[in-house]
Order: sequence, then structure tokens, then C-alpha cells
Amino acid sequence: MLKIRNLESGYGKIKVLKHVSMHVDPGEIVTIIGANGAGKTTLLSTIAGLVKAASGEAEFKGTNILKSKAAAIPALGCVMVPEGRQVFATMTVEENLLLGGHVLQKQGKQVLVELLEYQYELFPILRDRRNQLAGTLSGGEQQMLAMGRALMSKPSLVMMDEPSTGLAPLIVKEIFQIIVRLRQEGNTVLLVEQNAKAALGIADRGYVLETGKIILQGPAEDLLANQDVQRAYLGREKTEEK
Amino acid sequence: MKKLLSILPLLVVVIGVHLLTSATDTMYYLTQMTMSAYYSLLIIGLCVLMGYAGQISLGHAGFFAIGGYLSAALTTRSLIPYQDTLPVKLLDSAGFLLAGQDIYGDSLLVVTPWAACIIAVVTAALIAVAIGIPVLKLKGHYLAMATLGFGIIVYRVALACEYFGEADGISEVPAFMLFPGLSVSGNFGDRVSNYYIAWGLLLIGMVLLLNLMDSRVGRALRGIHGSEEAADAMGVNTARFKLQTFVLSAVFAAIAGVFLTHYNGGIGPSEAGVMKSVRYVAIVAVGGMANLWGTLLMGIVLNFLSLRGVFGSYDDAVFGLILILIMLFAPNGILSINVRYCLKQLTGRNKQDREGEV
Repeated sequence: MLKIRNLESGYGKIKVLKHVSMHVDPGEIVTIIGANGAGKTTLLSTIAGLVKAASGEAEFKGTNILKSKAAAIPALGCVMVPEGRQVFATMTVEENLLLGGHVLQKQGKQVLVELLEYQYELFPILRDRRNQLAGTLSGGEQQMLAMGRALMSKPSLVMMDEPSTGLAPLIVKEIFQIIVRLRQEGNTVLLVEQNAKAALGIADRGYVLETGKIILQGPAEDLLANQDVQRAYLGREKTEEK
Repeated sequence: MKKLLSILPLLVVVIGVHLLTSATDTMYYLTQMTMSAYYSLLIIGLCVLMGYAGQISLGHAGFFAIGGYLSAALTTRSLIPYQDTLPVKLLDSAGFLLAGQDIYGDSLLVVTPWAACIIAVVTAALIAVAIGIPVLKLKGHYLAMATLGFGIIVYRVALACEYFGEADGISEVPAFMLFPGLSVSGNFGDRVSNYYIAWGLLLIGMVLLLNLMDSRVGRALRGIHGSEEAADAMGVNTARFKLQTFVLSAVFAAIAGVFLTHYNGGIGPSEAGVMKSVRYVAIVAVGGMANLWGTLLMGIVLNFLSLRGVFGSYDDAVFGLILILIMLFAPNGILSINVRYCLKQLTGRNKQDREGEV
């Protein structure tokens, strides 16, 4: 579904990503883990068109999306849940969701109403808060709103940038359960996380990003068992494990 | 449709003001009400750009002046010396030219007001596109500076260009006959009909913008205001929406300029001045930014008072003071002031109230 080859990207002269290659197949949850500054957010932003790539290819469902403008990519079916939620604080919950369905607006009101209903079923708390300003929601509710807003465009690939940031463990669990449910319903998810344990726990495959390079990749359970990963990201010493 | 109903009360007020002034023999107020309506047309356009889309412009007096000056120049400057050039011939064959006589009895060949209006508004829109594409990439202070620069350029061009009458501006602008029996002019006899033309235009503009802001466009604009990057990530083409809004508000300004120029019978460089732009921005802020009704109310009231000369030579100072006061005490605009709460505070029973409010 998404194929990235030799992607190089960054900000001005600073190259953050160095020859990154990866792929996402339909129906998978793929996670990218890595420490602060490894380039996880840059990778997602480049795919979403918010950061211009220096070289390389990113093919989404057969089209090279590196040439597309950021605003054209959600219409292709690839949408991002940005880091730190970025909900539209001065708009109501429902307006936020409707704006998420911006690219489907031409298909008529009925489509949007059905999608709204679907989000309210997925995130019941949003239904209670539908007329509240998004800025007044709690962190967890804002994360759910950001996810619902992204899902409003009926994407085939959802990219989530650190959905667990700043949330209580219980809420993180709830969010991750919803991600699992999304896969059950046939969605594809690309999940960027610092919380490696939780991310690998639900993912099918994973990539480990370090200083702009992919240093490890493989099925999630292999990565969870990998000693280097354990030492670097799961906070366990090699000796403890044995 | 609902928006059509929501402006009905305003329509009643408009007719009410007319009846009231005619009953109290104060019809001269209608002149300033007419002019205020035109200025407010510009201001509600700016309100959409600033309040909803979040893009500041300190150059809107420039677009007003482009509309006003072009239609004034085209309808007064004789084209006889250029009679044999191709553009003039084309205009002539399209029926856009009008022969006449000036006040000294010399023969004149000028553009008809309708054609001049269209040329002026289209030119303003094209300039808005040309300016908007590079400038709207900027944000915040930088956007303010760039649009301010544009405003200054228009002002200096109007002041320096002989074609635009230099410091004297252009006078003797003819009446603009919308259709037989109804024309925009400063003639004494046309005062009432002009009052209704101005307010009719303003009401149409208001309905248009209210509907637009209630649609997906308004939602997208408020999204851009909230977070441009997030809006982009949601598939909103932010660059295009910003440009379209900029052009729309420029067109509103240019139309206001064209009509007011015909109504006044002339235009001078002060209309293009930077202080005018600042005043428009101040009125949008006082009205509550993303609040078309508040902006309309303040646009009418403040312009009316200013045109009546209530503020005297302290005009600009008063506008500055109003801006400071509103920012301090009602940052969400004049309509956000909770009168009951203020009264309670004044009467000293605020302690209990504060606990309740928070």
C-alpha cells in the first residue's frame, strides 16, 4: 500500500532522514519506534507532504505522493493524526469532525452524517461533547477527537504520530484498543511511538529508527524479543533477561 | 434560507431609520448612513479575511482606492487623444464608451460607469491575486508589514500620478446609472434612493458572507485560523482558500470604492491612506473579529459618528483609544460585553458572582 525507497528529507541543510526504505501492506499495523530526534515525526510529515523530501520515492497505492501537495494527500486516502493532537480549539467537536470530512464533502451530506455516526459509536465520549469547544476537552478526549477527525475522510491508511503523548496509562490503553479495533475493521495503521512496548504489543511489524536510519526491522514479536531493542527502548538490561 | 430570515430585522431597521428621519425632518443623516454602509461593505469583507481566515491585511484601503480611482478616472478622463489606438477602438465597438461634454463645453469621450465599474473591480481582483500569491505565504506580523507596504504603494501612486489627479484627487465623477431611474449620485433628489442602494448592497453582501461562513468554506477558514498545518493535513487546500478569501475581500473593498466614489462625485488620496486601513482593521477587532454582526454594527456606528464629525480633528486618535479600550475590556468584541455582569461589578456585588463565573 505504501512503499518508501531511499527517502531523504529534512529541514533546509539539515538532513534528518538518511536513505529510509520501508513499506506498509494493507490491513497491517506497522509501528516505527525510536528515541527523541530519531526522525519519526519527520518521516510522517514527509509522507503527509508537510515537509518536502530531498530525494527518494514514496509510492501510495501506485502514485508518487512526494510530488503531491499536502492538501491533496488526504483525498488519496492517506491521512495523518498530527503529534500533539492539534485539534481546532475554537471550533466545536462536531465542527472538527466535519472539517475532517472536508475531502468527502462533495459526496453529499448523507455520507458525512453516516461517518459522524460511526465516529460517535467508536468514541462515545465525543457524542456527549459534540457541541463543546474542542479546546475545552481533556488530553485523552482531544486525542480521540484527532483520531475521529482523521477517520472522517475514510482513509485507507491512517498515520498516527505519538498518540500516547502526555496521556495517563489507562487512556493510552484505551487508545491502543481502538487502534486494534481499526485493524479488525480492515484499516491500515502506521503508528509512530516512543512508547515502544505498547506499540510493539499491538503491531504486526515494526521498524526501529535511529538518527535518521532504519537500523532494525521485523515482526513485532521479534523486535520485542530483540536484546538491542530491549536495552535501548524497553529499559531492560541484557543480564536481567537471562 | 435561514440566513435570509436573520437579516430581516436589519431590513426593518433600515426602513425604520428612513421613516424616523423623514418624520423628524433629519433626512440629512441619510447621507452619512449611505456612506457608512459603503465603508461597512469593505469592513465585513475584511472581517471574513481577518476574523475567520485569520489573515491580517493593512492594505484594504488600497483596494478601496483602486476601485474608486479607476472608476473615477475612466468615467472622467477623456479618451479623445487615444481615439485611434486599438484598446479604445475595441471599447468603442463593445459599446463601452460615451461621448459627452465637460463643464467648459469641450467634447469628451469617456468609459460608461458600468464598464468602468467592471474594469475597476476586475483590476482590483487581479491585483489581489498578484499580491496575494506571494504575500499570503507570510504569517502574522510579516503579513501585516507586507500588506502595509502594498497600501503605501497605492497611496503614493495616487498621490504622484497625474492621471489620478495627484493631491487633488478626481472630481466631477458622473452619476452611475444602475438602470433607468436608479442612479448612484450625490444629487439631492436621489438621497433616499441612494440610501436604499447602499443598504441593499450591504444586505446582499451580508447574506452572501453569512451563508459562506456557515458552509464548508467557513469551517475550512476557521480551521486555517486554528492551525494551518493541521488544516492542510485534513485535506484543506489552505493556500487556495486564503487566496480566494483575500480576493473576495478585495472585491468587496473595490465595489465599495466604486459606489462611494460615484456617490461622493469624486475621490481623493486620503481614501487610500494607511490610517484608513488601520481604521478598518480596528473596526473588525472592535466588532469581535470572527463576528460579522458585531463588525457590521461597529462599522456603521463608528463610521457614522466619524462622518458626522463627532470626533472632530481627533478622529484617528479616538479610533486608537477605542481599540485600546476594547482590547482591554472586551477582547472578544463589543457584542461579547455582558451588560448584567458589568452592572453587578459596578454595584459591588461581584465577589459572589466571580465564584459563580469561574
